[in-house]
Amino acid sequence: MMLEAEQLTLTAGARTLVSGFDFAAAPGELWAVLGCNGSGKTTLLHALAGLMPAAAGRLTVAGKAPAEYAPRALGRVRGILLQREDHEFWGTLAQYVMLGRYPHARGLFGGDADDEAAVARALDAFDLAPLAARAYGTLSGGERQRARLAQLWAQDPPLMLLDEPLQHLDLRHQLQALERVRAAVRGAGKAALVVMHDLTFAGCFDRVLMLYGDGRYAAGAAPELLEAGRLAELYGCRVRAFGDGPDAHFIPVV
Amino acid sequence: MRRHWLLPALALAAAASLFISLLFGSLPIPAVQVLDGVLFPAPGVVGDVIWKLRLPRVLAAFACGGLLATAGVLLQVLLRNPLADPYVLGISGGAALGALIAVLAGAGLAWVNLGALAGALGAIALVLALSLRAGDWNLHRLLLTGVVLSAGFTALISLLLTFAPQAQLQGMLFWLMGDLSHAGASGYAWVVLAGVLAAFILYAGSLDALALGPLKARALGVALLPVQTAVYFGAALATVAAVLLGGTVGFVGMMVPHALRLTGVHEHRWLLPAAALVGGSFVAVADTFARTVWAPQQLPVGVFTALIGVPVLLLLLSRRP
Repeated sequence: MMLEAEQLTLTAGARTLVSGFDFAAAPGELWAVLGCNGSGKTTLLHALAGLMPAAAGRLTVAGKAPAEYAPRALGRVRGILLQREDHEFWGTLAQYVMLGRYPHARGLFGGDADDEAAVARALDAFDLAPLAARAYGTLSGGERQRARLAQLWAQDPPLMLLDEPLQHLDLRHQLQALERVRAAVRGAGKAALVVMHDLTFAGCFDRVLMLYGDGRYAAGAAPELLEAGRLAELYGCRVRAFGDGPDAHFIPVV
Repeated sequence: MRRHWLLPALALAAAASLFISLLFGSLPIPAVQVLDGVLFPAPGVVGDVIWKLRLPRVLAAFACGGLLATAGVLLQVLLRNPLADPYVLGISGGAALGALIAVLAGAGLAWVNLGALAGALGAIALVLALSLRAGDWNLHRLLLTGVVLSAGFTALISLLLTFAPQAQLQGMLFWLMGDLSHAGASGYAWVVLAGVLAAFILYAGSLDALALGPLKARALGVALLPVQTAVYFGAALATVAAVLLGGTVGFVGMMVPHALRLTGVHEHRWLLPAAALVGGSFVAVADTFARTVWAPQQLPVGVFTALIGVPVLLLLLSRRP
């Protein structure tokens, strides 16, 4: 298992976001994580990445608890695309993406040829090669989002946790990002958990994790969970379904 | 790319600034004789002036500037604030208080330095104790504690200045503005500079990642607490060594890293040595002005670091779209 949680409990202040969370993600599994605002999706991702402790329960990433890894080793096993990065990066886009190689660094002085190649591939994957020398601070919102994705691709961990990867992206790059995630999962055998709100691409996922924000959750195969009734209960609004399987679309009823 | 010629060019500029600083002084010595005196030390007036008077002073100025710029780089990345300077954490305030108390007591130079050292270490301990009380390493609290303590030190220093007798007042003011005329042997400062630079150039990748913020740094695999602690103590050590040499020379620690970033140097393995070279050259030249412009009266070097630094930084800022 890439990721295994046993009876995990996550709290925020006095609120219990998730309790008794039993979950496992194997290589080759692509999970959509759905839930209302504030239901604990980001908190869960941070906990699964070992960035914050759970209130209770056990968690293993590739067989070991996050705390048992050396920090760099953990960085080679799991990567997380944060929803927000508040800190201005002062260098260029290429330097920003190169930081994804931090956990792999062998040489004392910056990246070796492997690192350079990984960065070049990552830039290419997200159409960023022409912008490589640009100052990160001058990039648009969507370009920064692609830069963050490219950094995660340079990091290249077998477990990828992505918090709203499609935010700020135009339609073509939303598709591109999703294709890259799917290729990484299907082709390279990674496991990915993707937090998202937009149900446009919900049909692309084979597994779904729903967080209700009150401790309850549902996890399972997409065809079982992705149906109008469950989504209506999850979001608290009426939802109509069109089509099914990969072509399934869900539209709120106005 | 530019990085390949950056460090050699800056090293050359540093050598040039050291040489230029050796040229000027109350005794006019032609450049050829200075070069001759440096390369082939010989007894005599010229040799003595160069080797016993000017060179120690110039080397002290260079070390002081290099240390301040290095501390500036470290604190700017630790606090993720491009305007942080080595004095923001109250170290200089504590050192000044200790030094001024010694000056006021009429103590000799050694005691003034000891007072500064005690004050600086006391300030570091106080800032750490106050900001670590909650058990975690909160940078906001660290910064605020430093700023608040600095304000407290400033008030106490003003009080001391108010009560200081006329005879001691000038020495105290010079110490506060930054003055290298009493800088003695700078060997320890060079050791600290070399040590701090070497240590952090080895960990430059961690500094680069740290600049992205603590959460992101941990996501990438940075051992956050050890790195932050090391950066804090490295910056503190560099600041203490610089303050012991020249009092609180202003502007270097904030401006030099900032100016280098504005010219496009961001990766810390280049930024750290570049800042040390530029900071050192800058203070060496500023101190040459300080001791020659109004000769034989010596002026505080801090006045010149600001007078030179302000227009340079304004120029760089206006150049940027």
